[in-house]
Amino acid sequence: MVKWTDSERSTIQSIFSKIDKDVVGPAAISRCLIVYPWTQRYFGSFGNLYNAAAITSNPKVAAHGKVIVEALEKAVQNMDNIKAAYAELSVLHSEKLQVDPGNFKLLADCLTIVIAAQLGNDFTPDVQATFQKFMNVVVSSLEKQYY
Amino acid sequence: IEHLQYMTTGKNISIFQIEFFVRLLNKMSLSVKNKDTVRAFWAKVSPKAADIGAGALCRMLVVYPQTKTYFSHWKDLNPGSAPVMMHGAVIMEGVADAVAKIDNLTDGLDQLSQLHAFTLRVDPANFKVLSHNLMVVMANQFPNDFSPEVHVAMDKFLALVALALSEKYR
Repeated sequence: MVKWTDSERSTIQSIFSKIDKDVVGPAAISRCLIVYPWTQRYFGSFGNLYNAAAITSNPKVAAHGKVIVEALEKAVQNMDNIKAAYAELSVLHSEKLQVDPGNFKLLADCLTIVIAAQLGNDFTPDVQATFQKFMNVVVSSLEKQYY
Repeated sequence: IEHLQYMTTGKNISIFQIEFFVRLLNKMSLSVKNKDTVRAFWAKVSPKAADIGAGALCRMLVVYPQTKTYFSHWKDLNPGSAPVMMHGAVIMEGVADAVAKIDNLTDGLDQLSQLHAFTLRVDPANFKVLSHNLMVVMANQFPNDFSPEVHVAMDKFLALVALALSEKYR
């Protein structure tokens, strides 16, 4: 069971209340597809991913970015049992989407960088540490149902 | 390599040249555009290099506490402490050197590789951790400049620097 201090809980709430979700989600998934192009293998149906400009302006990528952030918000609302909250999502990623779990960390790193850019001085080392802990739990929960 | 050896027998290509070329191709090498992007971004941020280094080191020590094991000889590991600030600047001098030697990192960083391999003996997995934190600080301090194109070039560059630093390990 993951233990959260009151300070960590409020830090996570604060991050998600400060970020512009319509910007962060699309930006993070775009960066992932640009910086780690092999991740494009999972998005064959998204159309033009030919270069950075195409990826950044692709409406399906943007829509998917928002889906991802909504799922993260579900984790924020269920911080004491993200594993349970993500059980179905984990099965989906494992059985239907067949995503190599190594990619979850790549997306998490891109999210960290996008949020660092958005929050400026608010993204202190301690805030980064709490966010990293949160993302570690999210990633671990997504891997849970793989076999 | 064996196939290439067979092909080159009797011809004027040394097996060493072939092996060098194969090894070169095996890395995700920097394109001309990648190098230009890294150099341009570095030119912009280098006045703040010491701050970037200190910021990255500090974040690494806080967010990935296992890295503190390499600095048990410092009295103060807290953000803003003198050893962290000084060492952040030292690290960035290494990065600046790498940018200048971007066309041949393996040879250019030979001495630094020896230092890390034989004296410091840092587990190379930690190079990735520091690289990530360097990019977090770059994004944080230069949000309008650290575009996706700069991000991918920088990620590749730092990965190749890490590879060059690991050259002498074994």
